[in-house]
Amino acid sequence: MASRLMALWDWFDSRMPSVAEEFRKHLAEYYAPKNFNFWYFFGALSILVLAIQIVSGIFLTMNYKPDAALAFGSVEYIMRDVPGGWVIRYIHSTGASAFFLVVYLHMFRGLLYGSYKQPRELIWIFGVLIYLTLMAEAFMGYLLPWGQMSYWGAQVIVNLFSSIPFIGPDLALWIRGDYVVSDATLNRFFALHVIAIPLVLLGLVAAHILALHDVGSNNPDGIEIKKTKGPDGHPLDGIPFHPYYTVKDIVGAVVFLALFSVVVFFVPEMGGYFLEYNNYVPADPLKTPAHIAPLWYFTPYYSILRAVPPLFNSVFPGVAMMGLSTLILFFLPWLDRSPVKSIRYRGGLYKSAVAIFVITFLVLGYLGTEPVTVWGQAGAWLGYADRATIAARICTLLYFAFFFLMPWYTAIDKTKPVPERVTM
Amino acid sequence: MKKLLLAIVFLPAVALAAEAGYRLDRAPIDPKDLVSLQAGARTFVNYCLNCHGAEFMRYNRLTDLGLTETQIRDNLIFTNAKVGDTMKVALTAKDGKAMFGAAPPDLTVVGRSRGADWLYTYLRSFYRDPKSPTGWNNAVFPEVAMPHALWTLQGERALEVVSRDAQHAPPEYKWSQLSPGAENAVQYDTTVRDLVNFLVYVGEPAANDRKRIGIVVLFALGVLFIFAYALKKEYWKDVK
Repeated sequence: MASRLMALWDWFDSRMPSVAEEFRKHLAEYYAPKNFNFWYFFGALSILVLAIQIVSGIFLTMNYKPDAALAFGSVEYIMRDVPGGWVIRYIHSTGASAFFLVVYLHMFRGLLYGSYKQPRELIWIFGVLIYLTLMAEAFMGYLLPWGQMSYWGAQVIVNLFSSIPFIGPDLALWIRGDYVVSDATLNRFFALHVIAIPLVLLGLVAAHILALHDVGSNNPDGIEIKKTKGPDGHPLDGIPFHPYYTVKDIVGAVVFLALFSVVVFFVPEMGGYFLEYNNYVPADPLKTPAHIAPLWYFTPYYSILRAVPPLFNSVFPGVAMMGLSTLILFFLPWLDRSPVKSIRYRGGLYKSAVAIFVITFLVLGYLGTEPVTVWGQAGAWLGYADRATIAARICTLLYFAFFFLMPWYTAIDKTKPVPERVTM
Repeated sequence: MKKLLLAIVFLPAVALAAEAGYRLDRAPIDPKDLVSLQAGARTFVNYCLNCHGAEFMRYNRLTDLGLTETQIRDNLIFTNAKVGDTMKVALTAKDGKAMFGAAPPDLTVVGRSRGADWLYTYLRSFYRDPKSPTGWNNAVFPEVAMPHALWTLQGERALEVVSRDAQHAPPEYKWSQLSPGAENAVQYDTTVRDLVNFLVYVGEPAANDRKRIGIVVLFALGVLFIFAYALKKEYWKDVK
């Protein structure tokens, strides 16, 4: 049997040797630093979640109806009448949040160890493009259940485009395909969500990984392992990705799937953060909910949008700042002037900046889930402004300060000497 | 730093406390109590299913509650609906709006959108109000268009709201019974408890299966973890 399988493989290999070649290039002979730590699980996990979303999404489309009159009911049909439908749907809804969670942690890893720095700028740029594409994918997917939050969330986001000077109103009309979010919008969002954006996402992921394998992985020490090679021409601090990191990532994947299953099977709504309670009310274009909040992964940016005061009765400044807050990520490789990559060898200035940035991002994220009145009003000396708005404004300034002051504080920061070889 | 983290952790609690309105009672429901669920189903078809539908819920799904299709057909279906049909009502949304001022919402997933505690408190907080069009009002949902559908069971009640210091202290609610219903207060609470239990079940009929399967899945992943970890240990022995 084994010899027959080998013969079959030889037959295949002699006709298409590139399969074995690519396997060697990207897995068996791709040398990765041996000192990857906890933070290095999230790249592989992002691919796992992407696969989960694609497979569960395919099964959902078999019973989902992209029709304003039928969409809400078809989701409930999946939840009750389709055998196993509920688990597919919860996997997909939990997967959306899990995707952002692992991607945020993956990006944070880049920030900790300077993974965006020369020569990995392109990997970072492809990564930011993946992140932005993922946002579009999540936004369009959230309209599909056609609940109140789906509907009004889409209404609010599309209206943001209409605040852009001159072209805004026409642009919003072009996105919606109607004067309000409607059946036409639902149909096109469905098309974009299930095929167009996933194709872009897959292409970007391929580019991200190819770019990574060309220059090699960074590591928690921020040392280029290709600088010290052994007599066999392989990096001394490198180990083949397969089998070492495939077996390690399997452990990470099992732990991740266990946490994922806890959500899917025991708290699928995650207290209203993964599935909002109000989204179990069918979309009603005539009834605006009192409190519209996007899902948790967008709330830091939503906070920035709300924090920026309108100018000449237009919310465009807020929209522009929100756009800038995501687009500025592209420039990170050139904003960072530090001679070292890893936070391990950076000084207190950079460490404090990252700590403040993390707190800022979390506070903005929290405030975005709540109405601006959540902390009550400040005293007369602040003109009775909402305390949450004041906090969001301070955090918005800190968010931008992290990036705009980066060339300065990374340049004057006291760094430690970086060792020649990685530490385990 | 520590203080800041603490503040972040406790913020949601502060936010919850700040939310105004009638205080909700905790609904003492049990999704595994079949007798309670069957009683809730009976109350639902007798009192709710005249104006409200549950249009995504099939009658024969109630076999989950330990009923046979014949029992469902004989005891829970009063129309010419077939046992495989969904729980629809004849009242159209348009007529409902004309009659009540607001169309009675479908109740299939109301247990998920409102939550058990809200429903349990809401259904026990109707009072007589001569100023409202239906003669009824509700402490949880002021000015609600719905009249008290269960009033023959609970009887008529009056509510007096005493606000001492409107700025700070929450107002005090004083309930009084105007006329008795067919059930006393304890019996009525049980009836509503069963009804809410049923509504939560209808919101997600697969919920009990979900938790049962979840335990099996976690156990399987636990076993897989042992092998995956042992495999990783074995390979990484030679990485120094």
